[in-house]
Amino acid sequence: MTDERTIGELLAQRGISRRALLKYGAYLGALMALPPWQARALAEGLANARRQSVIWLSFQECTGCTESLTRSFTPTIEHLIFDLISLDYHETLQAASGFAAEAARLSAMRANAGKYVVVVDGSVPIKDGGVYATIAGKTNLEILRETTAQALAVISVGTCASFGGIPHADPNPTGAVPVSEIITDKPLINISGCPPIPEAMAGTIAYLITFGKLPDLDELKRPKSFFGETIHDRCYRRPFYDKGLFAKSFDDEGARRGWCLYELGCKGPVTYNACPTVKWNGGVSFPIQSGHGCLGCSEPNFWDKGGFYHPLSTSTGSLGKSVGAAAAIGIGTGVAAAMVARHRRNKASRGE
Amino acid sequence: MDLLDFARGPALTTALSVFAFGVAWRLVSLWLLPWARDPSARREGARPAWIGAVRGFARHLWPRKPFARAAMVTTVNGYVMHFGLAIVFFGLAQHILFLRGLFGLAWPNLPSGLISGVAVVTLGSLALALARRLTDPVLRLISTFNDYFSWLVTFLPIATGLLAVSHLGAPYPTLLAVHLLSVSLLLIWFPFGKLMHSFLIFVTRGETGITYNRRGVVL
Ligand code: HEM
Ligand code: SF4
Ligand code: SF4
Repeated sequence: MTDERTIGELLAQRGISRRALLKYGAYLGALMALPPWQARALAEGLANARRQSVIWLSFQECTGCTESLTRSFTPTIEHLIFDLISLDYHETLQAASGFAAEAARLSAMRANAGKYVVVVDGSVPIKDGGVYATIAGKTNLEILRETTAQALAVISVGTCASFGGIPHADPNPTGAVPVSEIITDKPLINISGCPPIPEAMAGTIAYLITFGKLPDLDELKRPKSFFGETIHDRCYRRPFYDKGLFAKSFDDEGARRGWCLYELGCKGPVTYNACPTVKWNGGVSFPIQSGHGCLGCSEPNFWDKGGFYHPLSTSTGSLGKSVGAAAAIGIGTGVAAAMVARHRRNKASRGE
Repeated sequence: MDLLDFARGPALTTALSVFAFGVAWRLVSLWLLPWARDPSARREGARPAWIGAVRGFARHLWPRKPFARAAMVTTVNGYVMHFGLAIVFFGLAQHILFLRGLFGLAWPNLPSGLISGVAVVTLGSLALALARRLTDPVLRLISTFNDYFSWLVTFLPIATGLLAVSHLGAPYPTLLAVHLLSVSLLLIWFPFGKLMHSFLIFVTRGETGITYNRRGVVL
C-alpha cells in the first residue's frame, strides 16, 4: 500500500516526463494564482512528493463529483490527480467489493495512520440514527467517524459533502448534514460545486501534498484561490449587466447578442466559484457562456433559494397570502377604528 | 439561512405585510371617520367638488409669488428628491423585476449608469434637506423624531443601493442583503410615520381645494 517511490518516478515509469509534470504543476499553481516562487515550489514539490494515501468515502450523493473528476475531456490533466494520490478506497472506482473492499479501507487506515487524507462526497444522513444510508451494515455516520479518527485532513468534495446539497434540500427527509457538522476536530477543506471544478480538486490536493498544509480558506472553508471571487466578478457578460442590458428570454435578440442573464435567474452575483476563469471541460466553456444563468451550485442551500429562474432581486417569500391577509386585517382594523370614533362622537353629541 | 436568504424571504414578506396592513388601516379608518359638515354655504359659481380638488392639488405644486423666494430652494429640492426616488425605484431593471414579482407588471428599464447618477443626485438632495432642517431655527424647532427617522429610512436604501452597485465595504451578498433590509425598514415605518404623506397628500390637498372652492376662493 505505501509506495516509497516519488510521484515523478512513478510517472516516469508510465512514460510521463518530469517536464510534463512540472508543466502540470505550474498550470495548477497558475490556476490557484500562487505567487511565482510558490507555483515553482508546487511544481517541483509534486515531482518529489510521495503519493498521498487517500480514502474516498461516498455517502448520499449522485456520483457526479467522481464523474466530474474522471470523465473530463482532457484526461491527461484530471487523470494525473490519480497519479498524485494513492486511492486506497473508492467504492465507485475500486475493483474490490464486499468484505475485500472494507478490508482495504481498514488496512489503508492502519498502514497510514495519521497520514492519510479522507475525501468525502455526499452528505451524511443523521435522522433516525442515520439508518437512511448504510454500507456493509454500517451507517455513513459511523463510517465517517471511524475513518476520520486517524486522518491527517478531510476534504469535502462537492456541495453535498460541503453544505448538505440536494439531500439537505427542503424538506430534508433523511436529516442530511454536511461533513463539517460532524467532523469538527480535523483540518477540513470544502471544495463545493455541483459538481466541483476538477481543477479545484486537483489543485487543492496538489497543494496539500506539496506544502503539507491547507491552502488559504474562506469562512465557508473553501480554498480562496478557487472561491475568492464571484462568478459575476469575472463574468464576460458583466459589461451588459453594468449597462442594464438583459436578455428577457433564452432565445430573444438580447440572448443572441450575449446580454446579461440576470433576468433569467442568474445567481452569479452571489456565487463564489472559478467557472468564468477556469471553465469546464478543459477550459472550453462554462454555463453562462453556453447561455444559461448560474445556478449558484457552490453555495449553501442553492436548491432552496427561490428557484433557478427567479431573478436575484425578487422576494423568495410566499407573498400573495401573507400580504393579502395583512391588507384584509388592516381594512378590518380600519373599519373598527372608525366605528369606535363614530360611537364616541355620537355619545358626545348626545351629551352623555 | 444566511443574511441574504433572510432579507429576500422573511424580512421582505414581513415588511410588505406590515406595509399592507398599515396602509389599509390608515386609509380605511381615515376615510370612514365621520366627515365634518362644512357649515359655510356653498358660494355662487363654485365648480363641482372634483374640479376644486384637482385645482387644489395643482395650485400647491408651486409656491405663490410672495413666498417664491423663501420657498424656492425647498420646493426645487423636494422635486429633485422625489423625482430621483421615483426614477431610481421604477427605472432600475433589478427593481422592475422585484415589482414584476409582486404585481406581474413590467416596463422597459433605464440604463443603470443613468440610475447611478440620479441616485447620487438624490442622495445629495436628501443631505441638503437634512441640512436645512438642522440649520433653519423654525424648522428645527418643529421637527420631531418622526421627521428625522422618516428621513433616515429614505436615505438608507439609496445609500446601500449605491454601495451594492459599487461593491464597497463588504462582500456583495452582504451588501445586497443590507440593501433589502433597509428597504424592509422603510416599508415597516412607512404607514406609521410621515412617509404616509405619499398617499395622504392627495387627500389633504384635494380636501383643501374642495373647501376653498365651496367657499368661493379662486385658486
Ligand atoms: C424591495 C425592493 C428593492 C429591491 C429588491 C432592490 C434591489 C436592488 C438591487 C438588486 C440593486 C442592484 C445592485 C447591483 O447592481 O449590484 C439595487 C440598486 C439600487 N437600489 Fe434597490 N431595491 C429595492 C428598493 C429600493 C428602494 C426603495 C430604493 C430607494 C429609492 C432603492 C435604491 C437603490 C439604488 C440607489 C440602487 C443603485 C442603483 C444604481 O446605481 O444603479 N432600492 N436595488
Ligand atoms: S450573466 Fe450572471 S454573472 Fe454574468 S454579469 Fe449577468 S448576472 Fe453577472
Ligand atoms: S456556473 Fe454556477 S451553477 Fe454552474 S457550475 Fe458554476 S457555480 Fe455551479
